[in-house]
Amino acid sequence: MTVDSIIDGRVSRPGVPLIDGIEKVTGRARYTADLDHADALVGRILRSPISHGEITRLDVAKARALDGVIAVITGDDCPFTYGVLPVAMNEFPMARERVRYRGEPIAAVAAIDSETAERAINLIELELRRLPAYYTSEEARAPGATLLHDNKSGNLEREVHHEFGNWQEGFATADLVREDKFSCAEVNHAQIEPHACLADYDPITARLTVQSVSQVGYYLHLMLARCLEMDSSRIRVVKPFVGGGFGARVEVLNFEIITALLARATAGKVIMQLSREETFLTHRARPQTDMKLRIGMRRDGKITACACEVVQRGGAYAGYGIVTILYAGALLQGIYDIPAIKYDGYRVYANLPPCGAMRGHGSVDTRHAFECLLDRMARELGLDPFVVRRANLLHAPTRTLNDLMVNSYGLAECLDRVEHASGWRDRIGKLPAGKGLGMACSHYVSGAAKPIHWTGEPHAVVNVRLDFDGGITALTGAADIGQGSSTMVAISVAETLGVALDRVRVIAADSAVTPKDNGAYSSRITFMVGNAAIDAAKKLKAILVDAAARKLEALPNDIEVVGEVFRIDSGQQGSLPFAEVVKAALVDRGAITVSGTFTCPPESQGGRHKGGAVGSTMGFSYAAQVVEVSIDDATGAVSVDKVWVALDCGHAINPLAVEGQIQGSVWMGIGQAMCEETRYLDGLPGHASFLEYRIPTAADSPPIEVQIVESHDPFGPFGAKEASEGALAGFPPALVNAIANAINIDLDDLPVTPDRIMEALIQRRRQARLASSLKVAS
Amino acid sequence: MHAPGPQPKKRLLRLKLNGRWREDAVAERELLVDYLREIAHLTGAKTGCDGGECGACTVLVDGEAVPSCITLAVRCEGRHIETIESLATQGRLSRLQRAFHEKLGTQCGFCTPGMIMAAEALLRRNPTPTEIEIRAALSGNLCRCTGYVKIIESVQAAAGQSYDC
Repeated sequence: MTVDSIIDGRVSRPGVPLIDGIEKVTGRARYTADLDHADALVGRILRSPISHGEITRLDVAKARALDGVIAVITGDDCPFTYGVLPVAMNEFPMARERVRYRGEPIAAVAAIDSETAERAINLIELELRRLPAYYTSEEARAPGATLLHDNKSGNLEREVHHEFGNWQEGFATADLVREDKFSCAEVNHAQIEPHACLADYDPITARLTVQSVSQVGYYLHLMLARCLEMDSSRIRVVKPFVGGGFGARVEVLNFEIITALLARATAGKVIMQLSREETFLTHRARPQTDMKLRIGMRRDGKITACACEVVQRGGAYAGYGIVTILYAGALLQGIYDIPAIKYDGYRVYANLPPCGAMRGHGSVDTRHAFECLLDRMARELGLDPFVVRRANLLHAPTRTLNDLMVNSYGLAECLDRVEHASGWRDRIGKLPAGKGLGMACSHYVSGAAKPIHWTGEPHAVVNVRLDFDGGITALTGAADIGQGSSTMVAISVAETLGVALDRVRVIAADSAVTPKDNGAYSSRITFMVGNAAIDAAKKLKAILVDAAARKLEALPNDIEVVGEVFRIDSGQQGSLPFAEVVKAALVDRGAITVSGTFTCPPESQGGRHKGGAVGSTMGFSYAAQVVEVSIDDATGAVSVDKVWVALDCGHAINPLAVEGQIQGSVWMGIGQAMCEETRYLDGLPGHASFLEYRIPTAADSPPIEVQIVESHDPFGPFGAKEASEGALAGFPPALVNAIANAINIDLDDLPVTPDRIMEALIQRRRQARLASSLKVAS
Repeated sequence: MHAPGPQPKKRLLRLKLNGRWREDAVAERELLVDYLREIAHLTGAKTGCDGGECGACTVLVDGEAVPSCITLAVRCEGRHIETIESLATQGRLSRLQRAFHEKLGTQCGFCTPGMIMAAEALLRRNPTPTEIEIRAALSGNLCRCTGYVKIIESVQAAAGQSYDC
């Protein structure tokens, strides 16, 4: 089967299975915990039992003396901070002097087996002096609150105040101005693979090899070098199969550095496998968010201005916090034509596990508020929700007020597709009691146009190698975590070269072999790595064409490439099979390696205002969805009957994978909207298992019908953009809008659990009774 | 110097694993998933939770899907354990494996071995399940990638095929 027969430009083309799918379905795929660790020591972590306090005594002597314990390390063993943003690394792998959340690592043990390691952990003597702890943004920001970090007054990690356009005038010219408050619970990635790391330190060669669940091997490499004070050339970071990420692993995590520190301390190999509870504790997910949103709208649905205040409870350390609070404001834009925007964002420290990036990073909760408010205003103005969205469409190419590039824009078509597929016009307002339809739109970046660690290097590099055997090997640092990025690279190379897909092999994410890649985050891989793969394949193709021309004694321009045949004049004057062309190409030079690159140009890297780089991208994906719900007003139970979603991914390089990504992201929105919520009792996670943190099961997940819209981005690889995140943010508001349509109740808080619906229904009945009794009384 | 903890009591365990009888000395408290992964070196069954929450460790015990992370290995004396590693025979994927591969019933793949074994148990006892029956049979197996849509489609596709294809 050649790629040509698969990718023929039709949207109906089926796509291909994952190139590593057979390993997965046979159980041969090796995840970190599956790697050979028969001779490894077992690592365990001692965690803080309180939410905030000073470490007054930490004595590891008894633990160290236990037979079978090889090393015990504490914060004293690593005086270096680590983190994502060079400006906000305020966290040590193990706490030094002070702990700021329950579950924070304090010390670690490497022992001959897990029982011994656990006994040693219990022998560590720890005394703490409690400090006041804060579990809500409000408490943490209250005047006089103890500071979590001495240099951050008001426990604010970052305040953002952005104004674009004349918002005062925008509100003044509106026919309707409405302000509502929304609150979204903290959620967790809940990837099914628990965290794990295998580190191997060879004291003779002074080399360290770390295999971990990371989405960002390059950042892990940087932080290992920093925290272990090692020359980075002596470190090798390898990504085995990774069992899901969703942002859980887009920053370097404490246990990864701790495992490496233990490996060095023991001069050997250490396996660290976190429990599910510890995996939840490691967190780095979507923060609890309070929002106050005001929109001004004309009678025809045109938005005149928007003002949004966002408060995120970020947890105890910085992590990606600055980026998250900037994203929440920046991504108010890039989807609709809004003439004026005011944004005030507050990222707050609290004594809880640090938040971080999670699928739809920064955009999901504000999009929820925005799309809910649009619907409520549409209702007040007697407008159809689709009409309101259509009144505010952008026209590509354009730049937003905050200077984000919009080069392709398929939202109008997404709206048409889901409106039609769901039968919206015929069914809205005509459904039986307890049933409702709701809709919403969303978007997301295809990679951050400005990397976190700016080095001047291209945004992506892919090497493609060809040798005597005729096999083509693409080498990429991009981390395939199940999203299918290695398959995307294989297709991009095969399609560009015109060779059979199974001629291409992909080797990914091994720092000793593959070119550096920034990692699997911000949906950057398809756009950036895909373009780099195409660039490399084009260079290889030019070499092959030149070789064929030499062999056929023709000019390169006369060579026609049809699949794996290189020929002149439709083959009348000679043709060469691929193997012959490879032989000719290797004459004099031997094995060929070409390097392809992709760089986001400066004009794509956002505005000049502070924080302007966040939200900048070469291309936005767009999505619209319709949700149909049934509500039982006796129990408050909501069931989603069906979801229709359309996503503009520019071009679907692998339609099968695109469909899977869209379904998965919508479904993750279902979890956040309906049941997922972290809960802390005095900082103790009450949710740290899959029994307490309920993600939807196969029995309660609805059908999700996908439409792929292709707007052919002028800069995307084959015109492609991202497909993995853009649809998530649309589900929660579409659900809440559908509930409003079904029972005429507007819900402001996520998740929309049956008890919240019951509470709203009871309150409405009470008000109705009160109103009728007042009527009787008067 | 603190002495190490007491050594766990071991017992000789005889069971049939993927069609072959074998004997191993196994601690009485050893979980089946740890026996499979650490002693038999079959790492297809995964540990995804702290006990009986996610289904990633699902294997067949005498044809019945069970979570191996809450099953004691010694309880499997004389029984037949089947893991994901047993499904592909004579160089061919099983119908479920092929369907999960071709229909993208797997993304990150971590839940896949358990999911396929749960589906295998279902199709053995009910070769033509309805969608509701498939959803019910897989409701103890969590997947965070697919939204289950393509998993259900994969099982339906496999059920539509005869055993020998």
